[in-house]
Amino acid sequence: MAEEKQKKIRVLIAKPGLDGHDRGAKIIARALRDAGMEVIYTGLHQTPEQVVATALQEDVDAIGLSILSGAHNYLFPRVLELMKEKGLEDVMLFGGGIIPDEDIVKLKAMGVKEIFTPGTSTEEVIQFLRENIKK
Amino acid sequence: MKLADRVLNKDVRAVARLITLVENGDPEALPALKALYPHTGRAYILGVTGAPGAGKSTLVDKLTSAFRSRGQTVGIIAVDPTSPFTGGAILGDRIRMQRHYLDKGVFIRSMATRGHLGGLAVATNDVVHILDAYGMDIILIETVGVGQDEVEIVKTAHTCLVITVPGMGDDIQAIKAGILEIGDIFVVNKADREGADKTVKELEIMLGFNTYPQKSWKPPIYKTIAVKDEGISALVEGIDAHLSYLKDSGELKKRKLNQTEREFLEILQHNLMQQAMAKIGDREALTRLLSKIVNREADPYSLVEEMVKTWFA
Ligand SMILES: Nc1nc2c(ncn2[C@@H]2O[C@H](COP(=O)(O)OP(=O)(O)OP(=O)(O)O)[C@@H](O)[C@H]2O)c(=O)[nH]1
Ligand SMILES: [Mg+2]
Repeated sequence: MAEEKQKKIRVLIAKPGLDGHDRGAKIIARALRDAGMEVIYTGLHQTPEQVVATALQEDVDAIGLSILSGAHNYLFPRVLELMKEKGLEDVMLFGGGIIPDEDIVKLKAMGVKEIFTPGTSTEEVIQFLRENIKK
Repeated sequence: MKLADRVLNKDVRAVARLITLVENGDPEALPALKALYPHTGRAYILGVTGAPGAGKSTLVDKLTSAFRSRGQTVGIIAVDPTSPFTGGAILGDRIRMQRHYLDKGVFIRSMATRGHLGGLAVATNDVVHILDAYGMDIILIETVGVGQDEVEIVKTAHTCLVITVPGMGDDIQAIKAGILEIGDIFVVNKADREGADKTVKELEIMLGFNTYPQKSWKPPIYKTIAVKDEGISALVEGIDAHLSYLKDSGELKKRKLNQTEREFLEILQHNLMQQAMAKIGDREALTRLLSKIVNREADPYSLVEEMVKTWFA
């Protein structure tokens, strides 16, 4: 048979900031892989510039930031700004971490599509990505 | 502006997009690939293969730094396996290459095998052409961590590095089939570990038995400690020496011809297959044909022979 066209959801999972463990990011990366997605995983201590440069070259559909350091009010807006600069407006930005409700409201108003707080099941994240990425 | 022109104008987004199109087997990529082809053939293509965790990505990172310090631009294609059960993949080779993320002279792309066997992704060749046309001087291809048969890298690379680590004893035995024959240069990485010299000896013995196809090139063995950047400059000299050898001996031309032949035949096969399927019609038409065969109203040999004869008449 002729090969079928294959489209895969590609997601960048990054862990920007200075805090030192990426357990949450790894769990989500594995869950997305198990859901059939291609996950570009870049490890710890990414700067917003590095995150966006990676998203650009890897042509991902979505960027997921795991942020525990409390620097979310800097990191999300900075990544959004750089995404705009590089013409990545059609890439979805989402995130996870310990982030207060009032900040979540502000960040979503800025353009972050969704923020998952601790206790969210990986199924919810998978379903959210499937619903929001047009393939 | 057309996608191909944007690639030639160094538009990173266009390069990334086009790679996605070829990865997805999207026919939209075809006009761009055609337009870019005249701009290819310049890049030097270096394959990096070896056992899982041997240090391929770390070496790619160090080699990239070495090439960049000489002013050469570098494209990196890092292939990781797709899970056969879920179709998903974690592409993690980039973790070792962080310091090149912001360098405009480096383009890194992670690819999943998507069910393709042989250690590469299906579209690897096309991605090489895209990065070549984009102007990368050297293209490094990291294969999936290989066992025995994943030697498809020879279809694409001009020079093949095979990475091993000390103390693999049995593993050396395990990689010898196929892999030994494709190595132009061998690297014993993690030489900080015990047994590196022994591994070098074992490799030497095995290579001694092995009749390397080009008698005039004896594959050298280098010891490296990639994490500490040790042994890299000697390895780079070895790589340069192999490229000179390829050029001087005419072997480069020969390899390019062989690789082009394979590529040509693959494209031909793909194209013929698509046309054949279009002639047959949809799924249902195919099923009707197959049912005839299953019911022994026809045999597959005559059926195919007749169909092909009418198509080409
Ligand atoms: N001790 C030691 N460790 C090394 C050396 N080179 C790489 N490593 C470590 O080996 C591990 C694997 O390195 P990678 O570069 O990811 O290996 P790889 O071959 O790309 O792995 P896969 O892509 O998963 O097959 C990492 O933890 C590296 O830090 C070395 O020379 N010595
Ligand atoms: Mg690797």
